[in-house]
Amino acid sequence: MVLDDLGSSLRGTLDDLRGKSRISEEDIEDIVKEIQRSLLQADVDVGLVQDLSDGIKSRALDEEPPAGTTPRDWVLRIVYEELVDLVGESTEIPLENQTIMLAGLYGSGKTTTAAKMAWWFSKKGLRPAIIQTDTDRPGAYDQSKQMADNAEVEFYGDPDSNDPVEIAREGLAATEDADVRIVDTAGRDGLNEELIDQIERIGAEVQPDRNLLVIDAAMGQSAKDQAQEFEDAIGIDGVAITKLDGTAKGGGALAAVDQTDSTIAFLGTGETVKDIERFEPSGFISRLLGMGDLKQLTERVERAMEETGEEEGDWEPEDMMEGSFTLKDMRKQMEAMNNMGPLDQVMDMIPGLGGGLMDQLPDDAMDVTQERMRDFEVIMDSMTEAELENPRVVGQSRTERIARGSGKPEERIRELLQQHKQMDQMLNQFQGMGEGDMERMMQQMQQQGGGPGGGMGGMGGGGGPFGD
Amino acid sequence: MFDGLKDKLGSFTSDVEEDVDDEAQEAAEAEAETESDDAAVESEPEESAASTDDADLDGAGDSPDAADEADDADDDRGLTEKAKILASGKSIIDEEDLQDHLDDLELALLSSDVEMGVAGEILSGVEENLVGETRRRLSSTGNLVRDALRESLYDVISVGQFDFEQRIRAADKPVVIIFTGVNGVGKTTTIAKLSERLEEQGLSTVLANGDTYRAGANEQLQKHADNLGQTLISHEQGSDPAAVVYDAVEYADANDTDVVLGDTAGRLHTSDDLMAQLEKIDRVIDPDMTIFVDEAVAGQDAVNRAREFDEAAEIDGAVLTKADADPQGGAAISIAHVTGKPILFLGTGQGYDDLERFDPEEVVDRLLDA
Repeated sequence: MVLDDLGSSLRGTLDDLRGKSRISEEDIEDIVKEIQRSLLQADVDVGLVQDLSDGIKSRALDEEPPAGTTPRDWVLRIVYEELVDLVGESTEIPLENQTIMLAGLYGSGKTTTAAKMAWWFSKKGLRPAIIQTDTDRPGAYDQSKQMADNAEVEFYGDPDSNDPVEIAREGLAATEDADVRIVDTAGRDGLNEELIDQIERIGAEVQPDRNLLVIDAAMGQSAKDQAQEFEDAIGIDGVAITKLDGTAKGGGALAAVDQTDSTIAFLGTGETVKDIERFEPSGFISRLLGMGDLKQLTERVERAMEETGEEEGDWEPEDMMEGSFTLKDMRKQMEAMNNMGPLDQVMDMIPGLGGGLMDQLPDDAMDVTQERMRDFEVIMDSMTEAELENPRVVGQSRTERIARGSGKPEERIRELLQQHKQMDQMLNQFQGMGEGDMERMMQQMQQQGGGPGGGMGGMGGGGGPFGD
Repeated sequence: MFDGLKDKLGSFTSDVEEDVDDEAQEAAEAEAETESDDAAVESEPEESAASTDDADLDGAGDSPDAADEADDADDDRGLTEKAKILASGKSIIDEEDLQDHLDDLELALLSSDVEMGVAGEILSGVEENLVGETRRRLSSTGNLVRDALRESLYDVISVGQFDFEQRIRAADKPVVIIFTGVNGVGKTTTIAKLSERLEEQGLSTVLANGDTYRAGANEQLQKHADNLGQTLISHEQGSDPAAVVYDAVEYADANDTDVVLGDTAGRLHTSDDLMAQLEKIDRVIDPDMTIFVDEAVAGQDAVNRAREFDEAAEIDGAVLTKADADPQGGAAISIAHVTGKPILFLGTGQGYDDLERFDPEEVVDRLLDA
C-alpha cells in the first residue's frame, strides 16, 4: 500500500549489505542513491530528498556503529531515524471539544475526509457535526449530506445559500450541541486570491482550533507551493493524505508538512467512511521499509475487538490462550478480522506479509479466502451450541445435517473442522513458549514473508529456515 | 504551467554550452603542446580515472571537474584527430561532459513531475542527439543543445495529436464520448466545459450521468446542465451506468443531437471491481471516443493511472485539469508518453470557458525559448 514500491527497492539495496562486516563509502553512496530515486519516485520534494540523503550519508560515515551491530542494521537504523525525522510526529488531535476547518485544492477529497473524520471522532466517543460551506461546486451539499448519513453524524448545510460565511455562522449555531465541528470548504487553488480571501473570512467566522490541509496522495511537486499558499492564508496545523489506496505514494504530503511546519494527521485509505487511519510515523516508516506496521494493526485489532465485544457480551481473548479454543472462539476471531477491514489491507500491515509476499499471491487469493470465511460463518450458524463448544463430536451424520442446514457442501464443513484443529494446535504451541521463543518465531515468520524478494524482517541478518 | 521546468531547461542548455567552451579552450592549449613536443603524442598518460557517473544530488562536478573531463575526452579521441577537428573549426561534445548535466537535467525533469521512466527516455533522446555531435566553433552550442531537447520533448508530447472538433464533425452522429479518471480529477466539470465549447461551435450535446455511484453526482451535473441550458439524462444512484448512456444515445437519436457526453464514476485504478465495471461500460456502450481526465498537478503516479485506464477502456486522448493551480506540468509529458495518446485540452479555471486546446508545439516552444 503506502510507499510499498519504495520499500522493495530499498530493501533490495540494503540486502546487498547482508554479510558485510564493514561498509565502504561506496556502499553508502549506493544506498543513498537508491533512497533518492525511491523518494523522488514517491513525489517527495527534491530539496527534501537532498537534505535527507545528506543526513544519512554524513551520519553513516561519521558515526561509529555500536559494538555488535552489523553494518546493515546500523545503516538501516540511520535510514529509519532520518525518515522518521523527515515525516515528523502525527498531528496532535485532542479528544475534546473543538472546531476543525478543512482546506485544499479541488477534488483532493475534503468532503469525504470530513465524513471520515466525523466517523473517527464518533468512534472515540465524541459527538461530531459536519458543516458544509461549499457553495461553488454543484452537488456538494447533496454529497456531503449523504456522506454524513453514511457516517451517522450530524450535518448542517444550506443548498439555497450562496454565502459560505453565512452558512458557517449559522452552522455553528445549529450544531451547538456537537463536541467536534468539522467545517468543510469549497475546493480552491492556493493562488486564486478571491477564493483565498473567502476561506480567510470563513476562518475568521468559525475561529477553528485547527486547520487541516487535505492533499491527494497523487499530488506531485506542486504540493509544496500549494501548501505554502494555504499556510500564508489561514495557517495549516496538519495534513490529511487521501486516496492512499491507489498506487500513489503520498510523498507530496511530506513537502506540504515541511513547508507548513506541521505534521500529518490522517490517512484516507478507501471509499467508505471507515477507511481512515491516524497517521503514525513509525508505522509509516516501518511499512516503508517493508517491516510491516504492527502498531496500526494493533489499533485496528483493538477497534475491531471493541466492536465485536459491544455486540456480544463477554468474550475473553485470554481464554483462548488457556487451552479451550472452541469454534466459538474461532468465530469471534473471524468476526474481529472482518471488522478490521478488507483482508488485503490487514495483511499489508503484518510484518513480512506486505510488499513482497502480497505480490506473489495470485490476485484472487484474498477473495477466495474471504469467501471461505463467509462460508465458515454460515456453517457455524447451523451448528448447535454443543458442537461449537466441542467440535470433536461432529461426525459424518452431524456433518450431513449441518450441510443440509447451511446449504454448504460437506467438504466445506470438513475444511472448517480441519482449520479449527490447526489453529488449536498452533495455540497449544504458543502456550508452551517463553518470550524468547516468541521472538524467534516472529523473526522466522518475517523471513518467510520476505522470501526470495529479500527478507527485510530478519534484522539479525541471515539464519532462519526459509530466509535468504 | 511549466514555468519551473522552463527555468531549469534554460540553465541546462547554458551549462552545457559553458562546459563545451571550456573544453574547446583546453583542447586549444593541448594542441599547442602537441606541436612543441611530438613524443608526447605517444606517451600521453592514461589517467581517465575519477569524475562523473556518481549521479548524486550534490550537483557535484559542476565545473571543477571540467578540466579533467576535457583531458579524458582528449585521450579518447587521440590528439591527431582532435587537432584535425580543431583545424576544421569544430569542437566535440563528449559523453562524459554531458553526464553531469544530464544528471542535473534528470533532476529538473523529476522535480517538474515528469515520471522517472519517461525522464529517462527523454534523457537518452537528448544524449543520442548530442553525443559525438560536432559543431562549428564559435557558433552557440546552446542552440544545438536546445534543439536536441526540443526534439526529445516534442517527440514525447506531440504523440497522436488530432483535431478534436474535426473528428466529431466527420463522424456519424451521435458521437458518444465517455470520460474516465480517478476520483476528484474534474471529469464532471470538464464535461460541462466541453459541452459549452461544442455548442459554441454549433455542435449540439446531451449530457449523460454515468456516475451512479457518488453521492451528489446527479445534482452536480444537473446544475451544470441547468446553467448551460443542456439536457441531462440520469438515473437513480446505484443504477447501471451503461443504461444511462444508452438512454442518452436514444435521446440523441430522437432529437438529432450531435454529441453524447457520458460521465463515469471516479475510480482508483487499483480497485479491481470498479475497473472491471469500466471495462464493461466500454464494452456495452462501445463509445466513439474515450477521454481520460487527470489533473495537471499529479506527480509520478500519473503514468500508473493513465496506463491502467487505457488498458481497461482504451483512451483516445486526455484532458488535464487544474492547470491554473501552477502545476509543474510533468504529468502532461508523462501521460502522453505512456499512453501514446495526445493531451487534447487543459482545464484552466472554474468558468465554463476555461478550457484551452493543448498545442504541443506551443508548449515546447514556450519551454525552450527562454
